Amino acid sequence: MTILQTLVNGIVLGALYACLAVGFSLVWGVLNIINMLHGSLIILGGYLTFFAWHSYGIHPLLALPFVAIFIFCIGYVLQLTLINRVVNEPVLTTLTLTFGLDLILYNIMNVYYTATPVRVTLDLGIVQIGNIVMPVDRLLGMALALILTGLLYVVMRGSRIGRAIVAVRMDRTAAELMGVRVDRIYAVTFGIGALMAGAAGAVFSMVYPVTTNLTGAFLGKAFVVCVIGGLGSVPGALVGGLVLGIIESFAGQFFGPQHALTVGFLLMLFLLVVKPTGLTGIKGYE
Amino acid sequence: MSQATRYVLFAIWVAALAATPLWADNYTVRLAIIIAMYSALALSWNFIGGFVGYPSFSTAAFFGLGCYAGALTQKAGLPMVGAWVFATLFVGAFAAVLGVIILRLRGHYFAIASFAIVEVVRLVISSWGDLTGGGDGLNVPLVTGGPDAVAQTFLAVMIVIMLTVFAVTVFVDRNRLGFGLRCIKQNENAADMVGVDTTRYKVIAYTLSAMFCGTVGAAYASWTGYIDPSDSFSVLMTVKVPVMCLLGGAGTVFGPIVGTTAFLLLEEFFWARFLEYNRAILGAVIVILIFFLPGGLLRISYRDMVKRLTGRVSQGAAP
Repeated sequence: MTILQTLVNGIVLGALYACLAVGFSLVWGVLNIINMLHGSLIILGGYLTFFAWHSYGIHPLLALPFVAIFIFCIGYVLQLTLINRVVNEPVLTTLTLTFGLDLILYNIMNVYYTATPVRVTLDLGIVQIGNIVMPVDRLLGMALALILTGLLYVVMRGSRIGRAIVAVRMDRTAAELMGVRVDRIYAVTFGIGALMAGAAGAVFSMVYPVTTNLTGAFLGKAFVVCVIGGLGSVPGALVGGLVLGIIESFAGQFFGPQHALTVGFLLMLFLLVVKPTGLTGIKGYE
Repeated sequence: MSQATRYVLFAIWVAALAATPLWADNYTVRLAIIIAMYSALALSWNFIGGFVGYPSFSTAAFFGLGCYAGALTQKAGLPMVGAWVFATLFVGAFAAVLGVIILRLRGHYFAIASFAIVEVVRLVISSWGDLTGGGDGLNVPLVTGGPDAVAQTFLAVMIVIMLTVFAVTVFVDRNRLGFGLRCIKQNENAADMVGVDTTRYKVIAYTLSAMFCGTVGAAYASWTGYIDPSDSFSVLMTVKVPVMCLLGGAGTVFGPIVGTTAFLLLEEFFWARFLEYNRAILGAVIVILIFFLPGGLLRISYRDMVKRLTGRVSQGAAP
């Protein structure tokens, strides 16, 4: 494989990683919660998309918005009813709570869907430019991932609700005094985080097989992307995702695929200690 | 309950565990070994998570490293007990070096880093196939004797480890060190200002929380006779142990013991009846714990429970 091919593979993978991590990053940044549910929500999105396609013949692109909205509702309700009650507690409490919720969701999915890896096969063929080969479904996945991430950016910057979320992130008390209903904003934020996870899962199911065994792996990717790129911003997640994708791609090429993961984690640990604001160094959610 | 009553109850409990081979079947003996083992792990976690209040999720890394350090040295010819001691010292040294690096992080960043440690160690162990057997796992020399004798031996071993960690906990609790650690928990900057050597104290606590996990891991490897990366470095364990400690009451002397016992008996009860849903039930236990038992079983307060049920986010003051 040429270096260019490896680079392109890395970029495609990186766009998917960015989409996968941006919701996690948002929740962490605004709510100060490490959302252990994120991995399972991604898989749930993937499964729902697959079964809509497999059982009812609904095209994944058509199913994606509905899946995303459904998972938004799950996230919204969870935050409003449960997580909001402990949102100000130390990380040990919130992390343990979301881990408990994750175990429940994971178990339900395992029972209903079993852990068999499933994948939507669209058979779109491949494209070849020079000696770079790329399956079309991966390119589609990359495009979708970038569109979704971009949409979130636009919503955050342009919409009333997005501005309110940013305001809460910057100064909760001040936002509350200005009439922002903080508990609702928390719920919406967690909902959006869940929505992005579900959408990312839907995109993933078109490109790679999804199974409940991957929840931990996806969660790990979200950790790494967040720390590499810098917490709580869309550009940060994008940079982090692309960097991780490219690094994994090259590490897999040079040291063998089994070391690709290790390199990502080591880079994360290094950055955590040396530069916790990440490569972009952006602190706020803009 | 007075402190003396607690010690008496604890002594009765340890005696009951130790006496299981006399009155119960092998399955119960096995459960007793598991309870002693997890009690030691929960007591260990208590040093960093309970006393200092740092959200450490690296228990599985220390346990797994202990498994491999013990198994490999034993295979290299060291006698079994020697291998356990080596594993303890090795994991302690590992944690001390690691602690100097990652204990500078606080809150969420520390939590993430400690999770990552488990992953990195697991990945290194599973890809270093020449030494560790990789994903195929590793066979450990078996202890000679029938299953009954082996079970009795390891019951005794685990109880001794548990009592050792308990003794260290009592010592730390009453010592300058414990006082300093509690100061750090309440306000790290203030503790630093009034002259607590926070870095040194935290590293000591982290090392204490790790080294006995190493002993337990090595003993576990000798007991089961076979280890592999996914069993030794399980993410479930890394969260289960803190949950046990929280369930009893983090930062107390008896909390980890009470929590571990309650948790494992519950798990045993549900495991036998709802095999398919055992993870979901574990999740439900966690959710109930967070909402209804924030201070653990030892500090049940009904007033707080009602407050939590009716509480709203905007009214809660930031801690």
